[in-house]
Amino acid sequence: MQWTELIIFVLLFGLVTVLGFVAARWRAADSLDHLDEWGLGGRKFGSWITWFLIGGDLYTAYTFVAVPALLFGAGATGFFALPYTIIAYPLVFLPVLRMWSVSRARGYVTPADFVRGRYGSPLLALIVAVTGIVATMPYIALQLVGLEAVLRSMGFNASGILGHLPLLIAFIILAVYTYQSGLRAPALIAFVKDILIYIVILVAVIYLPIKLGGWDNIFSAAADKFEATPPPPKGPADNVLLTSNNQLQYATLALGSALALFLYPHSVTGVLASRGRDVLKRNMSALPAYSFLLGLLALLGFAAIAAGTKPITNNATGRPDTNTIIPELFNGQFPSWFAGIAFAAIGIGALVPAAIMSIAAANLWTRNVYKEYFRKNATPKEEAKQAKLASLVVKFGAVLFIIGIDPQYAIDLQLIGGVIILQTLPAVAIALYTKWLHRWALVAGWVVGMGWGMILLYQIPNLAAKKEHFGGSALALDKLNILGWQPFEGSTVQIYVGFVVLVANLLVALVVTLVIRRFNVSNGNDDTTGEDYHVDEHDEDLRPIAAH
Amino acid sequence: MSSDKSAGRVTGLVFSPWNLLLLLPFIVLLTPIYNRESPALFGMPFFYWFQFAVIILGVLCTITVYRMTRKKPVSKADGSTD
Repeated sequence: MQWTELIIFVLLFGLVTVLGFVAARWRAADSLDHLDEWGLGGRKFGSWITWFLIGGDLYTAYTFVAVPALLFGAGATGFFALPYTIIAYPLVFLPVLRMWSVSRARGYVTPADFVRGRYGSPLLALIVAVTGIVATMPYIALQLVGLEAVLRSMGFNASGILGHLPLLIAFIILAVYTYQSGLRAPALIAFVKDILIYIVILVAVIYLPIKLGGWDNIFSAAADKFEATPPPPKGPADNVLLTSNNQLQYATLALGSALALFLYPHSVTGVLASRGRDVLKRNMSALPAYSFLLGLLALLGFAAIAAGTKPITNNATGRPDTNTIIPELFNGQFPSWFAGIAFAAIGIGALVPAAIMSIAAANLWTRNVYKEYFRKNATPKEEAKQAKLASLVVKFGAVLFIIGIDPQYAIDLQLIGGVIILQTLPAVAIALYTKWLHRWALVAGWVVGMGWGMILLYQIPNLAAKKEHFGGSALALDKLNILGWQPFEGSTVQIYVGFVVLVANLLVALVVTLVIRRFNVSNGNDDTTGEDYHVDEHDEDLRPIAAH
Repeated sequence: MSSDKSAGRVTGLVFSPWNLLLLLPFIVLLTPIYNRESPALFGMPFFYWFQFAVIILGVLCTITVYRMTRKKPVSKADGSTD
C-alpha cells in the first residue's frame, strides 16, 4: 500500500465529495424538480462553466489512461485521438448551434426529443434513445476501468470482490451526490478535476523528457521497441509512423469519431446546459486546449517505453493491464506526493464524465421511454424523480459490468458503441438541416447500419490479444463483402468499420426516401419551425426555463 | 407559439462565406502529406508536431468564423445584443 499517494488521493476525493453535495444549492432555482434544472443545470451555464463541463465530459479519465496505453502498445495509430479532436470542433461548430436553438425554443432535453418533435415519430425517437443509452452504458463502465487502474496502482490490487471494493465505495458516493445535485455536481467538480489535470500534465511533459534524455531519446526508444516485434501478419503493426496499411484507418477513424462525438447523449447534455449560442461558439475555439493536452499526454506512452515502465497485472483478471501504464509511469518517475495528485486527477477525472453520462442516459430513459410509453401525463416533478432513480440504476449497472463481467467486454462494447451511435447521424444531425430524408427511410438506414456494423465487428480478430471476434474496429478492405461482391479482394489496407456502415446507412436512407416518396406515405408532423433553429438567449418571447 | 413571433426573423439557412474556413483543419485527414520523420522539431518526428500545429490552425479558423459572423444584420429584429 502506498500511503502518501493514498492520503492525498483521499483528501482530494473528499474535497470533491463536499463540492458534489454543495452543488445542489449552487446558482439553484427554487426547486430542482424539473429536468431543466436537475438534468440541464437550469440551462444557464456561461462560457467558463461550459468549457470545464464539456472538457470534463469529453476528455475522460479513460481517454487519459487509454490513449497513452495505445501509443505504448501500438505506436502511431494510437495518436488518432489528436486529428479526431482537431476536426470535431470545426465540424460541429454550426450544427451544434442549431441543436441548441431548437432545443431551447421547444424545451427539448435529449437528442431523441428533437427527433420526436421533428418527425412526430415516437418510434424513431425510441430508436435514437435506445441507441444512445446502449452506447453510453459501456462508456460509463470504462470510466471505472480508468478509476480502477489508479486504485490498483496505489496498492488496491486484491483479487475477487475485495479488489473491487474501493471502486464500489467511490461510485456509491458519486451516485448519491449526482442523485441530489444533478448536472450541477459534475459542473462544479469539473473545475477541480481540470485544474489538477492541467498541473499534472504540464509538469509531466516538461519534467519527463528532461529526465529521460529529451524527446529524440524517447522516440528512438519507442522505435527500438516496435522494431523488435515481428512484422505483420505475425506480429502487431506497431510503428512510430503510420504504415501503408493503416493510414486510411487512421483518417476514417478520426473522422468517424469526430462525427460521433456530438451524437453521444452526454455531449448533447453539455451543449444544451449552456446559456446561449455565443457561449457555444467561444467554446468551439477554446475546447481544443484540451486536445493539446491530450496529444502531449498521449506521447507519455512513448515516455513510458523509454522509462522501461511495465504494466501491472490485474489480479482480478490475471492479465497485465496496459491501462496501468500512465499511473505506473507516475509511480516510478515522480515523488509520491506528486504521484498522489496525479492519481487523484485521473480518479476525479473518471467521476465527472460518469456523472454526466448517467444523467444523459437517465434523461433519455425518462423523456423518450418512460414518459412516452409508461406515463404519458407525467408531471415535470415525476419526470425529475424518475430521472434521478434512473441515474442510480445506470451507475450500478456499470459497476456490475466491471465486477461481474470481464472489463475487456466493456472495452469491446465501447468500440461497438462508437459504431452504433454513428448510425443516429442521419436522424439527428442531418435532420437539423433538412427533413428531406423520410422517417421510414431513416429507420431502414439505421437497421442496415446497425446490422452490418455488428456483423463486420464480429468478424474482426485480434491476433495480439488472441481473440477471434470483436478484436478492433479496423477492417481489412479484403473482408469487405457486399452481398457476395468483394470490391477490394486481396487488399490489406484497413478502414474504420463505423465509417463503412455509416455510408451504407446513408445510401439506404437515400434510396428508400426516393422510393417511398412515390407512395405518399406520411413523413410525420414537424413541430419545429424555421425560426426555432436560430433563437438565442436574449430573444423576447423565449420559452421560459423549467416550464411545463 | 411561433405564429406570433415578430416578422423579419431568421428562418432558413444562414450561410456566410467565412464558414468555409471551417474546412481548413480537415487537412489533418490527409495522412500522406505528413506521415514522415523529418523535419523533426525538439526531437519530435514531423508526424507528431505537424498535428499539434493543426490544432492551432483549427483554433484560428473557429475564432475567425466566430468574430466574422457575429453581427448578423438579419437577426436585428429579435432584439439580441450581438
